[in-house]
Amino acid sequence: MITWPNFISQFFNGLATGTLLALISSGLTIIYGTLGVLNLAHGAMFMLGGYAGYVALQATGSFVAAVAAGALSLVVVGSIIELAIIRHFYARPPEDQLLVTFGISIVIVELVRFGFGSLSRTVSPPLWAAGVTPMGFLIYPTYRIVVTGIAAVALALLYFVLYRTRLGMIVRAGIEDSGMVGMLGINVYRVFMVVFGIGAMAAGFAGIVNAPVVSLTPDMGESILVQTFVVVVIGGVGSFPGAIVGGLIAGEILSLTSMVNPAYSGVMLFAAMTLVLLLRPQGLLGALGRE
Amino acid sequence: MTDHQTAKVTRRTMLAAGGGLIAAGALPHLARAAADRPPIGTWPAGSQGDSVTIGATVPRTGTYAVQGEDELKGMQLAVEHINGGDPLIQKISPKTSKGVLGKQVKLVVADSEAKPNTAVQEQSRFISENKIVAMTGSTSSAVAVALNKLAQREKVLYLVAISGSNDTTGKDCVRYGFRQCFYGQTAAAAIGPVMLKQYGKNKKAAYLTPDYTYGHTVQKSMEDYLGKNGGWTTATNQVAPLGAPDYSSYLLNVSNSGADYLLNINWGHDAVLSIQQAQQFGIFNKMKLVIPYQIPFLTKEVGPEIMQGVLAATDFWWTLEDKFPLAKMFVEAFDKKYGYKPDWGANNAYMQFAMWARNCEEAGSFYPPDVIKAYEKGETIPSTVGDVHFRAADHQLVRPVVIVQGKKPSEMRNKEDYWEVLEVVPGEGLMQKPDAFGCQLGDYT
Repeated sequence: MITWPNFISQFFNGLATGTLLALISSGLTIIYGTLGVLNLAHGAMFMLGGYAGYVALQATGSFVAAVAAGALSLVVVGSIIELAIIRHFYARPPEDQLLVTFGISIVIVELVRFGFGSLSRTVSPPLWAAGVTPMGFLIYPTYRIVVTGIAAVALALLYFVLYRTRLGMIVRAGIEDSGMVGMLGINVYRVFMVVFGIGAMAAGFAGIVNAPVVSLTPDMGESILVQTFVVVVIGGVGSFPGAIVGGLIAGEILSLTSMVNPAYSGVMLFAAMTLVLLLRPQGLLGALGRE
Repeated sequence: MTDHQTAKVTRRTMLAAGGGLIAAGALPHLARAAADRPPIGTWPAGSQGDSVTIGATVPRTGTYAVQGEDELKGMQLAVEHINGGDPLIQKISPKTSKGVLGKQVKLVVADSEAKPNTAVQEQSRFISENKIVAMTGSTSSAVAVALNKLAQREKVLYLVAISGSNDTTGKDCVRYGFRQCFYGQTAAAAIGPVMLKQYGKNKKAAYLTPDYTYGHTVQKSMEDYLGKNGGWTTATNQVAPLGAPDYSSYLLNVSNSGADYLLNINWGHDAVLSIQQAQQFGIFNKMKLVIPYQIPFLTKEVGPEIMQGVLAATDFWWTLEDKFPLAKMFVEAFDKKYGYKPDWGANNAYMQFAMWARNCEEAGSFYPPDVIKAYEKGETIPSTVGDVHFRAADHQLVRPVVIVQGKKPSEMRNKEDYWEVLEVVPGEGLMQKPDAFGCQLGDYT
């Protein structure tokens, strides 16, 4: 039903969903933009971050430790995957890259299922963030507001790294033209490994931060993966601001359209993607000709 | 000199002619025998050895993975009991001693991911490679309906596992499919009166519905029953895709709808997630939760604090062991083998196998039309919920529906004592007229 209170609630909820999607998608877009590899294991990494954080939370009881564990373990895992597997696929055709990242995602998911079973695990939010926040007519879970804040801060940090550091400059140059970067004497392969690690970290960080909102199951990465790809297409491949804009748009589409017809809100997201592909195929903030 | 080229009747010719006459005489018999029992489906190829195989497609990944594994365990226990002639099996299928009709039963399993295409592909592979004599497995009604169609096409029996949609023995019923468990119509007719008694008339309900056949038919059954008999209205019907990762937008709509009760038809992990998130959004401060079609292990995942006082309709609960002797035997055997009490998916699977074994023994062969006719005789069969029988018109088992209510954590006698059984409602009065949902069973051959 379309009423003002409901509209405001959904708009707010869309922002919350959107910032999280933006965070995950930014990881995907810089990997895709720099390495040219479509990382189908991105959803699995999101899930793995959640479980790594869960293990840390069980061991230490500290949510901060859990978040750190989720993010850092994925840096390690991401770097290892890049070194051991992805590196050998840069020269191969894109279908091979798709297949190998898809295979990696299956392996990760099944390993987690083997270790933890299919029964879902709950991660409780930290005590200071539990409960609901009444905001006038809207009652909203406090932790979701916290997640929005955390995701926004993380995006700001990523922005800082990408646009205000030397490493970030190299990464952005690599997105433009990695061949040229190599010719300028920079070790491109090391850059690739760092980028993959950063992208994986973004996914893992999002995974554990989001874990108190959804319960952890080995399959939770699957649906996120699809939505992330849609966001990247809408925003523009390789464009970090594009991932943010795309994420927010996607979050709003999912929330606002559910007021009109909840069964079709997922469809509307794909409709938006189709529209973008038809009218501006490089994405809203992407650059033409960028692969 | 004349050549005697007479048509000489030699001994050889006589013998040949005699043999031909006899063969010609026998031919009609042979032809009639072949016409009597031409090969059909996987018969007789699948049952000529010393074992028969059943193909099972259960979800081992995805939204219904937990329920799929439980269902599979029920099947494996049933196979073990059938092959070993366990006393419990013999109570349900008295002629089964070591295997069915003397043949050991094997089980081949594949992951259906709760997707119809995957399930159909895997079962088709089992049919051509393993010559399975029966198919089973489903937690999603979409899979059940797809396998119904496959069964009728390939002429291989399908033992429906978990399927709550009215369509499975309604408009999508088939001659080759049989359902044991309860479904939308019977759930609504059983839980409706209890809800009206406890909650009163003219209330507003909000629905969370998964977007496929099970969700829509159960929602409609509930809405129709509560509307006709209690004047309940629908404040909102939030339809979400199966496997939705986040229910926040749907829950906000529910929260703003002014409803008094939340009827959550989501199943499997979707139910767990939507209930946890509803709790986070403070929805249970405004309205009470009702589960018209219970989910195995829901309370284990969500926690008894949220589920206390919640009404649900289910197929089986382990505390029925106090009421039904066969239930006691089943729960003990399952607990001994797996270390936990079975939920209704496992019981459903076990009963389907036991009844299939019984009907094959009654038919005296694995010839599908004979087995089907044994089912359709509608004999009274003892089960873990008392006496039941199949209805010939739509192949639905006439069986009771169990109404349960979530226990307070302080009242739980052990860590699996989640539900209190309020009523065991006999099935006969709950079911629709056989043709009410447009069921037209197909041909036998």
